[in-house]
Order: sequence, then C-alpha cells, then structure tokens
Amino acid sequence: MSGAILEVAGVVKRFGGFTALDGVDFAVQPGERVGLIGPNGSGKSTLVNCIAGTLRNEEGRIRFEGRDIHAFPAHRRIRLGLARSFQIPKPFASMSVLDNLCVPLLYAAKGGEARGVADEAHGILRQVGLDAKAHAMSGGLTQVDMRKLELARAMAAKPRLLISDEAMAGLSTSEVDDILELLMGLKAQGVAVIMIEHVMRAVMKFSERIAVLVAGRKIADGDPQAVVGTPEVVKAYLGE
Amino acid sequence: MSNGKFAVVAFAVAFAFAAASQLIPNEYFFTAAYVVLQFVILATAWNILGGYTGYVNFGSAAFFAIGAYSTVVLYNAFKAPLLVMIVTGTLAAGLLGLGLGYLTLRLRGVFFAIASLALAVVLYTFIVNWDYVGGARGAYVLQPREVPFGLPRYIHLLYVVMVLQAAVALVVARAIEKSTLGRGLAAIRDDELAAECSGVPTLRLKIFSAAVSGALMGMAGTTFPFYLSFIEPSSAFGLSYAVNSIAMPLIGGMMSWIGPLIGAVLLGTVQQLVQVTISSAWNLLIVGVLLVLFVTLAPNGIMGWVEAWRKRRSHR
Repeated sequence: MSGAILEVAGVVKRFGGFTALDGVDFAVQPGERVGLIGPNGSGKSTLVNCIAGTLRNEEGRIRFEGRDIHAFPAHRRIRLGLARSFQIPKPFASMSVLDNLCVPLLYAAKGGEARGVADEAHGILRQVGLDAKAHAMSGGLTQVDMRKLELARAMAAKPRLLISDEAMAGLSTSEVDDILELLMGLKAQGVAVIMIEHVMRAVMKFSERIAVLVAGRKIADGDPQAVVGTPEVVKAYLGE
Repeated sequence: MSNGKFAVVAFAVAFAFAAASQLIPNEYFFTAAYVVLQFVILATAWNILGGYTGYVNFGSAAFFAIGAYSTVVLYNAFKAPLLVMIVTGTLAAGLLGLGLGYLTLRLRGVFFAIASLALAVVLYTFIVNWDYVGGARGAYVLQPREVPFGLPRYIHLLYVVMVLQAAVALVVARAIEKSTLGRGLAAIRDDELAAECSGVPTLRLKIFSAAVSGALMGMAGTTFPFYLSFIEPSSAFGLSYAVNSIAMPLIGGMMSWIGPLIGAVLLGTVQQLVQVTISSAWNLLIVGVLLVLFVTLAPNGIMGWVEAWRKRRSHR
C-alpha cells in the first residue's frame, strides 16, 4: 500500500522452535485507528515488540514512513515517531509523574532541548487528566492512573504512530471509557493508533479497521463489523 | 546553581580547605585525611554507575589499582611528572570502564555485579604475574626529595592533590546528575526497557557512565604508590576499596552527589579514628555493622532520611 505510515511485510519471528509470527503483513495509514485483536498467545505483543524494536524479526520487512527500520534500535524508532505503551505499566518509579514525561520529551521529541519541557509535560498531563498528580511519585499511582501515565509518556514522544498494548485490561467500565476517550482524541492530532485490546466493546467503538491475529498469522483485516462476523474469527474466539 | 558556578564554589572551597589545613601542625592529620579523601572520590565515582544508573560495581578495586599501577609503570619507565601520572591513570581506568560498560549489554543485576568482581580478580592475577611492576613482591615508588609550592613535606602535596581531585569528582558527579544525561541514567535505573522505548540510547549512556565512573576511581589511585612509597597487589586491590565504595554511597544516599560525600566523610573518619584508638582490624567490621543498621533503618541513606523528614515537616 502506498502512503502507509507503517508497512509490515512477511514478518517472521521464532523463539527457538516456536514460530510466534509466521509471515505477517500489516499496514497502517496516517491518522488511522486500527484495532489488533486475537486470542492469548496469538502473537500480538510479539508483533508490537518487532515493530517497536524491542525484538528483532528474523524475516520480513518493517517500514515506517517509507523507511526500512530493521537495523534501528528501539530508541531511534521512537525518535522517528513510533511510540508504544507497555501492557504492564513500567513507570520510572523514582521520579514524579511530571519527570516521567520529561524523559521522552527530552530524548525523543526535543533532542535534548531542555527549555519548555516542564510546560509541555504539564500540557500532556492535562490532556490525560493527571495534572493534579504531576508531583506525585509515579510508583504510588493507582492502576488506572498508571495506564494513563503509560499513554502520556508515549504521547510525550510526539509520535505519528502510537501502539497501545492492552491499556484497558482489568479496568472498570468507566475507566475504560476514560482511556478510550483519550485514544480517540489522538485522531484530532493526526496520530495513527494501533490498539491491542481484549475489551471488545472498546475495540469496536474505537477501530476504523480491525486486524485479527491467530497463532502468528493474520486471518482477517478489514471493516470491524465484517471482520468479527467472518467464520474464521468466530471459530478462533469461540471454537466450532 | 549552574554547573559553572558550582565548579567555582567547589574549587574555591577546596583551595581554602587545603590552604587552611596547612596550619595544622600534626603530620598525622594529612596521612589520615588522605585516606578519607580517597574514599570521597571512590564513593562519588562509584555512585555515578551504581547510584545514578543502577549497576552495582563490585570491582572498584580494579579501577583504583589500574590508576595506581599506571603510576608505577610511568615511574619505572620515565620518572614522569605527577600530573602526567594522574592524567594517564585516569584515562587508563576510563578505558577499563568502557570495557565494563560493554558488559552491561548482556548482564544485569546480580550477574553484572559478579562479572565486575571477576574483573578485579582477573586484573589482580595479571598484576601479580607482571614482573615489570614488581609482581607479587611489590615495587618501591619513592617520593621526590623536592616538594613544590613551598610545602613542607610530600604528604602535604599529596593531600592537596586529593582535595582537588575530590572537588573534580564532585563537580563531575553533580553536573551529570543535573543534566539531561542524568535523567536518562535515572530512567535506565528505574526501567531499562521503558527508557529505551522513551528514546534514551541506553547502551551509549551506560558505557559513558561506566567509563566516567571508572576514570574517577582510577584518578583516586594515581597518587597511592607515592603515599605508601611501596605498592604491592594486595594493598592496591584491597577488599576495603570494593566494600567502602559501595557502603559509603549506600549510607550517605545514592540519589544525589552529596550522599556519597557525606557517607565517605562520616565512615572514612570513623574508620580512621577507630584505627588509631582501638585497632586497625576493626575497620571493616564497623562498615559491616553500619551497613546492616542503615539497610534496615534508613534504606535510602542519610539523605533519603533527611528528605523524608523534610517532606513530613512541610506536610504538617
């Protein structure tokens, strides 16, 4: 596909004898909202790790804005504008919430330019509704606040593509809506989002397109309503 | 305070301190203070990798000994001037630190600590079998007869050098801590993967931090052969260097440059007092007891305790 911000072609990732990703093709358009679903162990997180650079795929190509990023370590990919959040929040626990955001702001977004970093960090915290806790220590946050911080930190890198890895798992309905609203808001800023999620209500509401991974292969990709209706997807989730 | 300003203040204080103490008539003060200052440098240097970056280095003695033995080599070969020895020893230990930095590529936590300990053992064996620097016998490094700057004895000069080196170490440590770099190192300490995914070039920063930490530790060792006039491997690789350079930041507090300074002055002074008044064998025992006390009662060190107290007060 031309004009895609992210192009994944024929990506294979093996762990020893186990093939976690078996030739996955996947593309995201600029500003698009894509849902990536699949049963546990289907390779969603492995795919995220290969795209973000924390794992290296053995075969296949990954292009970001037309550039082959295979040789790029993770910290260079995020500087290009490819950010991810972690499934299990990984705050910088010895720092305040505000300082957590300063790390990507300094290292990814602004290239070490320290001026105005605190103001920008406050701006992002306001956006995610954490500004009241800016000076709290990040290690002591509640689960939902930690998820918000995780997303805020990814947003602080000023990405053009953000991958949200199960940001809603284990949250209550109203908390899910909070996070969902947050991710929806990114569209206005022209940020493409890949949302990996098990909370189907959120995925359906969020996604303009859904891709389904099962056992390391992509079995469906397209309009959300059509995809969840296909027999293969129903089979993968519910059995025969 | 900006880095430049802090450097000016630090060196002014160091000069004043060095000058004022020349009035002290007791020769032993300089001998004892030399050791305390040595630990100030070692603890400050160790904390750059151990406290800021979170990689616990058990091999401090290796860096210290590299500094000391590069002086022996230069002494045997050219009788080089002291300043040349200091610079060379610092650079040599920095190179070793670079090597240690590459170890962080694959080794984390306790595995890194063990590898750093192994580094000291390997280097010890190497020195023991290197005849040019005296091998296991040791080597004499005689203090020059003329003392520059009109100082009465050579130990006075060594003392002044140590005061200045301590100032250098503190200025470097503080500059790193307050910079963007320091934030990156703290991110690595808290979560290396999250740091990398926030754009922090983790490998480059770890190597830098290990190299600077190693170089400063080596710097502390460069004058050591002159201090003793005789050096042998077991004194240069002494257990007390590895133990103290970990214990002092731990007791003082590892989050800022001032913690290792407080820890080293406190623990170093107590050790020196005990050495004179009770027995020299009690030194490490005292470190051990204090370490146990601090780890259980004030796990974030004296500075952590002070900070917590300040927070409690401001909340009231």
